[in-house]
Amino acid sequence: MTAQPETERLASFEGTLARHDRIEPRDWMPERYRSTLVRQIAQHAHSEIIGMQPEGNWLTRAPSLRRKAILLAKVQDEAGHGLYLYSACETLGVSRRELTEKLLAGQQKYSSIFNYPTLSYADVGTIGWLVDGAAICNQVPLCRTSYGPYGRSMIRICKEESFHQRQGFELLATMMRGTDEQRAMVQESVDRFWWPSLMMFGPPDADSPNTEQSMAWGIKRDTNDELRQKFVDMTVPQAQALGVTLPDPALVWNEERGHHDFGQPDWDEFAAVVKGAGPCNAQRIAHRRRAHEEGAWVREAATAFAAKGASR
Amino acid sequence: MSEGTSEATGGIRDEWPLYEIFVRGKRGLNHVHVGSLHAADDEMALRHARDVYTRRNEGVSIWAVRADLVAASSPDEKDPLFAPAGDKVYRHPTFYAIPDDVPHM
Repeated sequence: MTAQPETERLASFEGTLARHDRIEPRDWMPERYRSTLVRQIAQHAHSEIIGMQPEGNWLTRAPSLRRKAILLAKVQDEAGHGLYLYSACETLGVSRRELTEKLLAGQQKYSSIFNYPTLSYADVGTIGWLVDGAAICNQVPLCRTSYGPYGRSMIRICKEESFHQRQGFELLATMMRGTDEQRAMVQESVDRFWWPSLMMFGPPDADSPNTEQSMAWGIKRDTNDELRQKFVDMTVPQAQALGVTLPDPALVWNEERGHHDFGQPDWDEFAAVVKGAGPCNAQRIAHRRRAHEEGAWVREAATAFAAKGASR
Repeated sequence: MSEGTSEATGGIRDEWPLYEIFVRGKRGLNHVHVGSLHAADDEMALRHARDVYTRRNEGVSIWAVRADLVAASSPDEKDPLFAPAGDKVYRHPTFYAIPDDVPHM
């Protein structure tokens, strides 16, 4: 079979996108499409893996066996989500080891939200409700992303995230039916996580240089600001049902637009956290690196055992 | 068809081999490809597949296949490989005109 010239390959690639068909792993694709996907999927996978830490912090101190079992299942899901995404990313010709090494070396990023500490048990509920709620807003449209393996991973993940968000809301609702002290804990937690949750959608569209190309390629389906608006509109009635106040004096329903108006997060803080100056950046990577190094003997032993089995 | 191409693991020393995982959702259905994972050997591949891909009763049976053992058609051959099926319309039932009043056909 003679190889097609570059222009024909590009036309075939663009034709597939125009028909809203999916691009599959061994299809020809422009190098920038591939590298954009690797960057986005890797960042997403790393976020799931690092995201185990803030909640893992409360595993041994969950207030009941029921809550502990739920939290264990949720943290295990995050590990699973990371693995689905590494699996999707590997179809683009990078190895999982390479991705792990880049995370540990600080060469690839993860979501800035996980650089904030979990100071009280209410944070477990707030992360489920707000952080996973924001993640769902981001991820549901990605089920229709143009790259097949990424979309299929997102479908699996979205099914499981729904449990995450609901358990968080239920946890907070339970605390809101408790004592004044518990209600204050919930409010304090929401106050800390509201703005970082809004930052999860990324910088405003005007400052998001990759968005336009990613949308043209069908990698992203909505802009950062569109998703942020959707999240705010979705969350306001949930906050009312819980009886908590979202800490934004500018938050108000705009009849004309049919949406809520709301204030902007502190984008300087966002930039600083992305660059590594958040409260927990160093701790998160140090913990991940230690776990990786301390697990080395297990990986080596399994390799040796498999080699012994193969030689018998 | 294999999503993990052999290039995915090439060149990286000591990484556990890549396995493609197939799950039978319930009795009566085919095994369907769900993703891939790394494992040191076949047994570990099945254990990992259980933890990664069937945490919520998604399956009753798992196949794990070394990705480098999967033979796959090339996307570049798509036209020559599948085109012959396109012009054989007589292979489809709609090719044949049957009077409306003939039942059960």
